[in-house]
Amino acid sequence: MSTTLPAVAFYLLAFAALYGAISMMSTRNVVHATVWLLEVMLATAGLYLVLDAEFLALVQVLVYAGAVAVLTLFTVMLTLRRREDAVRPFPTAWGSLAIAALFTGAMLLAIRGFCPVGVEMPAIVPGIEAFGRELFTTWMVPFEVASLVLLVALVGAVWWTGGDDR
Amino acid sequence: MTVGLPHVLTLAALLFGIGLYGALSRKNAVHVMMSLELMANAVNLNLVGFSRFVTPEAMTGQFFAVFSMVVSAAEIGLGLALVIAIYRRKRSVELDAVQELKG
Repeated sequence: MSTTLPAVAFYLLAFAALYGAISMMSTRNVVHATVWLLEVMLATAGLYLVLDAEFLALVQVLVYAGAVAVLTLFTVMLTLRRREDAVRPFPTAWGSLAIAALFTGAMLLAIRGFCPVGVEMPAIVPGIEAFGRELFTTWMVPFEVASLVLLVALVGAVWWTGGDDR
Repeated sequence: MTVGLPHVLTLAALLFGIGLYGALSRKNAVHVMMSLELMANAVNLNLVGFSRFVTPEAMTGQFFAVFSMVVSAAEIGLGLALVIAIYRRKRSVELDAVQELKG
């Protein structure tokens, strides 16, 4: 028993993600780039839904679209106060472009050559209930470590951005 | 017109490449952080794709993606805190302004 992905939804979301990423790189305004990053994150949440990962889609919208985009916008507003700071000259970085193109080409060749499974995918989808049960039994210890990591990151961020009197 | 794991991996590779270009070419620290987030996003997409196509019962890739999201959320929080700390000291977030270790 096997099914395939819904092709139309996948191609629409893939186009949205790629268009957002390219626009993020081609815009000169950092604020616009942040909004394009938000669009890429939302398109990726849609891709997670297509791939039957409902919980991850929710977390993606909450964490990336909700927290990361707002945090990035706050930082842009705090550090680039004048308008001419936010509108950047377009960088001429042929070396970076060559490295990124080489890496992407190598990855595409590797995918074409060595991808283990084809278009058929198993029809079994455990759903969000089984996901929660797995998360709080099998993955309990990594879950607790993850909460500790977030706590330490929170304290560290407060310490670094704290007042000048230290 | 069927869509499979190679399509998902190709999309993730393209997103990762765009993020890599941005992280290497930008001079603004906030823009570099955003490009890093784009790369982490592509990696998560890879993990979810593998989870759906290879081990859908165990959902291992989804759990890896959850913990990867935790780490990248911590990373963006600390990274932007660092950007603000550098801004307080240097009044600039240009990467060219921070080159004390350059020989």
